[in-house]
Amino acid sequence: MSDFISSGWALFVAAATILGLVFCVVILLIASRRKVMANDNTTGHVWDEDLKELNNPLPRWWMGLFVLTIVFAALYLFLYPGLGTHAGSLKWSSQGQYEAEQAKAKQALDTVYADFAKQPVEVLAKDAKAMGIGERLFANNCAGCHGSDAKGSKGFPNLTDTDWLYGGDHPTIVKTIVEGRQGAMPALAAAVGSADDVRNLANYVLSLSGAVHDPKAAAEGQPKFAVCAACHGADGKGMQALGAPNLTDKVWLHGAGEQAIVAMITKGKNNVMPAHASRLSAEQIHVLAAYVWNLSPRGAAATN
Amino acid sequence: MNPSATDKPAASTMAVDDAKVEVISLYKAEKKIYPRAVSGWFRNWRWALIWLTQLVFYGMPWLSWNGRQSVLFDLGSRRFYIFELVLYPQDFIYLTALLLISAYALFLFTAVAGRLWCGYACPQTVYTEIYMWVEQKFEGDRAARMKLDAAPWSFEKLWRKGGKQFVWIAIGLWTGLTFVGYFTPIKTLLAEAMTLSFGPWEWFWVLFYGFATYGNAGYMREQVCKYMCPYARFQSAMFDKDTLIITYDTERGEPRGSRSRKADPKVAGLGSCIDCTLCVQVCPTGIDIRNGLQYECIGCAACIDVCDGVMDKMGYERGLIRYDTQHAMAQKLTRKQMFMRMLRPRVMVYTAILIVVSAALVLSIALRTPFKVDVVRDRASLARLVDDGYIENVYRLQIMNATETPQRYTVQVEGLDGLALSETPPVLTLGPAEARWISLAAKLSPDAAQAMGAGAKPIRFVIERLPDQQEAARRLVEKSTFIVPR
Repeated sequence: MSDFISSGWALFVAAATILGLVFCVVILLIASRRKVMANDNTTGHVWDEDLKELNNPLPRWWMGLFVLTIVFAALYLFLYPGLGTHAGSLKWSSQGQYEAEQAKAKQALDTVYADFAKQPVEVLAKDAKAMGIGERLFANNCAGCHGSDAKGSKGFPNLTDTDWLYGGDHPTIVKTIVEGRQGAMPALAAAVGSADDVRNLANYVLSLSGAVHDPKAAAEGQPKFAVCAACHGADGKGMQALGAPNLTDKVWLHGAGEQAIVAMITKGKNNVMPAHASRLSAEQIHVLAAYVWNLSPRGAAATN
Repeated sequence: MNPSATDKPAASTMAVDDAKVEVISLYKAEKKIYPRAVSGWFRNWRWALIWLTQLVFYGMPWLSWNGRQSVLFDLGSRRFYIFELVLYPQDFIYLTALLLISAYALFLFTAVAGRLWCGYACPQTVYTEIYMWVEQKFEGDRAARMKLDAAPWSFEKLWRKGGKQFVWIAIGLWTGLTFVGYFTPIKTLLAEAMTLSFGPWEWFWVLFYGFATYGNAGYMREQVCKYMCPYARFQSAMFDKDTLIITYDTERGEPRGSRSRKADPKVAGLGSCIDCTLCVQVCPTGIDIRNGLQYECIGCAACIDVCDGVMDKMGYERGLIRYDTQHAMAQKLTRKQMFMRMLRPRVMVYTAILIVVSAALVLSIALRTPFKVDVVRDRASLARLVDDGYIENVYRLQIMNATETPQRYTVQVEGLDGLALSETPPVLTLGPAEARWISLAAKLSPDAAQAMGAGAKPIRFVIERLPDQQEAARRLVEKSTFIVPR
């Protein structure tokens, strides 16, 4: 709590504050009476030949206001922190206020989310209010990587298609958001062989999705696919348990074409989706996942 | 200078040895001022302005417009309704123009005729005048009020004072209610007032504003002008020697003295001033204008009205106390010459600025597009490749309908060859005063991208509001950039 490196400083600050208040009172008293020459209402100061300063009194109510400010300061210092390490009798702190406001906001939200938490995803997807909340949660927490239209970009999956790395059913999406994901493609150049072997394999991978490729090289590279099959499956359709992408569709998360695939085989890739359990409540994630689930064309989401 | 406290004869020849030292207090209770009621030309102007300003202030919230309160500053939804206008936080620039206009109008009026604002239109003056009128109705004029204050408590004093307090408090509360009625619809507010069910902030502001009105107009009065008001302080900086100020014609007035109405003052060796002190009695700040211009003078011209009355009674010419300028007094200018000097550079410049800013405000409100658009590029994903080698950039558009009817909008993108929206968005329909975010992607053909090379290219979004029953189509063009990756 303490902002002071030693209690001496706290005492110093407290003393300075109190002395300041006392100083105000003293000034007020000193200025209340003044010895002047009778029959002369000036202070004796003259500027520009004829500009004199007069001893005109201040209205008493104005002085009253001054007294009020001193009283206010004393009261404030008693109630609130201000005198060094003295916490104030109200025990107020900015941290405490923040927590109180957070709790209040959470309470207000809890009633909203309580209804949503009970509902299955199919119902939530039809609930405009839930989808509105989901949309805003997405914009605040997900759009930074996946884009505000959720279509992703290089290295960040598109959430609006039917291609899911880990699975597109609601519980899986919840798990993805809660725990995050670590997509790891190891560097396999050594396992595959020479640079030519890698190029041939890349052409074979291209052939799986019917992309432009060199058929001769693809034929040469086919046997090498055994190295890949462990994760991507013998048919190259990927494996959702590992998050290994499907190589037979037209979705290329890390770039399409021979060069990109060669680079991927050679260097590998570590792709991370951060965990959000500490940022969002379970109820928020429930609604958010429903929103993401709803972005996919219906019916195909859970099958792929 | 306050005559009562400071009018000590200057002891210029005072010898030091017989100088007496005395102790004075530098805080003192102010003497209560009992201004005398006055009637006349300037007073009528003041009351005309009181009627005008207060009819506007108390009346405006009760007018309806388009099925809502005519003037409403809805802080909750950040919409400011002013008759046909609906203003948003984005329109804050209009407030700047309004403040400029207010400031220059103030400079102009002050340069021309001194403290016109203070004397005729300032709320402090206006409410003080209203409160003094109430006071008069209950307690009588100056002499009667002084007598009543000095008298011991009696039933009569109680009902007079009590009645005055009751009306004062009522006016104060009604003023507070009206003020809050500009922020919370006043009909709702009145219904809440009936059951005393205001929200906490409404309670605070109604009571605070009501109390401020009651305190300032009932009790503080001239003290506000003398000690608190910053405007009163810097006013003198706007005066020059050609500014019309309320002046006492010393040459004509002095030597002052009472005389019979039949006597010829010239024979008696007297000036026009009969020393009746009415000008001091009517002064709301309690000064004697015959001592020359003082900082307390708020330019209310009550002394002119009362003195003209006295001059009429005496059969003298009016204008012993009048609006005049220092130049005119010194150089004996005719009224016509004096008014010609109004056309001096300072006044011309103020007027010119005032006209320019007012015209700019009116024009910009007239030409205002009835909707607003913000284009925000997605920050993280700069660009992406989609099918067939097209390059896509993602944008979010906030479209805000600034009218009170539903409107339909279309969005297009332009500025690069081969650039188009990835999906043509459907025609957007926004409800009255609604704001909505939409996501859009624009895509560029691979050939075009090849031709222009990598980098950020300027593009434009064109948002068109489709014509409705009242108005033709309006369009807005917003700039943005399209990024072609390496």
